[in-house]
Amino acid sequence: MNAILILTALGTIGTAIAAMAGRNLLHSVLLLALTWTGVAVFYLWAGAEFAAFAQVLVYVGAISMVVLFAVLLTRRSRDDAGSSPAAQGRALSAIIAAAAVAGVLLGAILCSPLATLPRPAPAVSVRQLGEELMGSYAPALLVVGVLLTVALIGAVVLAAGDRTGQPEDNP
Amino acid sequence: MNPTATVTDSFLERAPLLVRDAVTGFLPEPARWLANSLVTIIAVLAIFGLLFAFLTLAERKILGHVQNRPGPNRTGWFGLLQPFADGIKMLTKEDIVPRAADRLLHFLAPVTLLALSILTFAVIPYGRHLVPVELDSAVLYFFAAGAATELAIFMAGWASHNKYALLAAMRALAQLISYELPLLLSFVPVILATGTLSTTGIVAAQAGWKWHVVPHWIVFTPWGAAGFVIFMVSALAESNRSPFDLPEAESELIAGHLTEYSGFKYALFFMAEYFGMCALSGMAVTLFLGGWQAPLPVLEFIPSYVWFAAKLLTLLLGFIWIRATLPRLRIDQLTRLAWKFLVPLALVNLGTAAFWSLTSDWSVTLQLLRWAVALVLVAGPFVLLGRGLTAGLGPRTYRYA
Repeated sequence: MNAILILTALGTIGTAIAAMAGRNLLHSVLLLALTWTGVAVFYLWAGAEFAAFAQVLVYVGAISMVVLFAVLLTRRSRDDAGSSPAAQGRALSAIIAAAAVAGVLLGAILCSPLATLPRPAPAVSVRQLGEELMGSYAPALLVVGVLLTVALIGAVVLAAGDRTGQPEDNP
Repeated sequence: MNPTATVTDSFLERAPLLVRDAVTGFLPEPARWLANSLVTIIAVLAIFGLLFAFLTLAERKILGHVQNRPGPNRTGWFGLLQPFADGIKMLTKEDIVPRAADRLLHFLAPVTLLALSILTFAVIPYGRHLVPVELDSAVLYFFAAGAATELAIFMAGWASHNKYALLAAMRALAQLISYELPLLLSFVPVILATGTLSTTGIVAAQAGWKWHVVPHWIVFTPWGAAGFVIFMVSALAESNRSPFDLPEAESELIAGHLTEYSGFKYALFFMAEYFGMCALSGMAVTLFLGGWQAPLPVLEFIPSYVWFAAKLLTLLLGFIWIRATLPRLRIDQLTRLAWKFLVPLALVNLGTAAFWSLTSDWSVTLQLLRWAVALVLVAGPFVLLGRGLTAGLGPRTYRYA
């Protein structure tokens, strides 16, 4: 079992590193989709079927499409890798954002009590998951929904920015 | 043991399992499990591979007869060997890769697409004892594997290094993403009514007959019928079938994202499309048409997998019939149909299903009211939205064409 875990982790981290190191943006996006699949495999290893399939459906199926469309709509040429990474302000904000995310994650990990005794994994059915999501975790679900709606509206505003009148648009 | 147990566990019902055990029976336990899985995989691949081959032939024959011509009739008896001749032709054809193409992605796209569409066959219950993989969240698995095929189509369009292929791939993605929504929403009421995401559970929930005549299939409820129609329309669009075959529209788009594909890679795309169609039809049978259940109690002596195959073939022939009948939609009509018609209808249908399951304990006289309310809830939005869909949209005039 541990061999599978180590292989999954290596694959996930490897594709993530390759996605960051590559110069071809499209390859990076596809590698990122592979990374997400690796996370789904990890969920499967941990026995969380529902989370694994939801991960594939949402991330590999939907989010990767959004990323692809964003890449294709914002690049000018095929080999244009976006803005130059050397820009200092950009690098600084990237480091700050990464540090903030790392801080939140570390805080969450350090604050949560980790069971040291090996316990049998609880068999959670989809029904129980649904009741939890609609019960105690409903606010989190709603916040995520609002966040995605805001992102969608922002994307529409960006995409609908400079439209000049096309004669064929008005029959 | 109830009297039907003798019928449901008859020899014919268990014949596939007996054949499998005869093949793998002599192996020790751990190897036997592996061999059983292998036999299952080979059986599924062989059956659906042959179904694919003869489905192409049936499609060409039926389309031919609909258009008053004989269809393929030179190879073998009635053209029965035509699929194999086509296969040999595809295999021996030169495989052309454009010089500027992304060779790796160009190769990976058809492979990924085919692999993902084969994955979806794993959770469909083909018979009472014939489920390749039993999962607690099988329906979610099915649509997760199906959603990932969009990436493969994008890879095909982008790796070809051809602007027409890329544009066509984007169009295909727009269509697939648009129709994914009604497709997913249309079966949510089924999950709501059966209370399970497992395909075996959904089929088991549709067992039995009302007054020993009407089966408890989901399609025989008002919301079930509406959901089935929405599911089938979205399935047509998801599998790029006519009248939604815009992604490859051979007469207008020179086959879209498949422009730069030839030989066996092209055949793989074709195969993935037909596999997708078969898998979605199989899922429709499972979700709405009672899976492998027999339509009448007296017909239960016919094994369950025969019933599944009959329902599946009926749906597939329906796909072919629709292709022979309807002209292709325009891209704006296509997206309007998805977003302004099917998605709201599917959402209303969810409400109808909730009403239906909340009123299931109403008395006999109130049942009439229940049916009336549900039918109004199904038909009303259909009529209203249908009027709104076409209001003020006359035929489009092309000033520059």
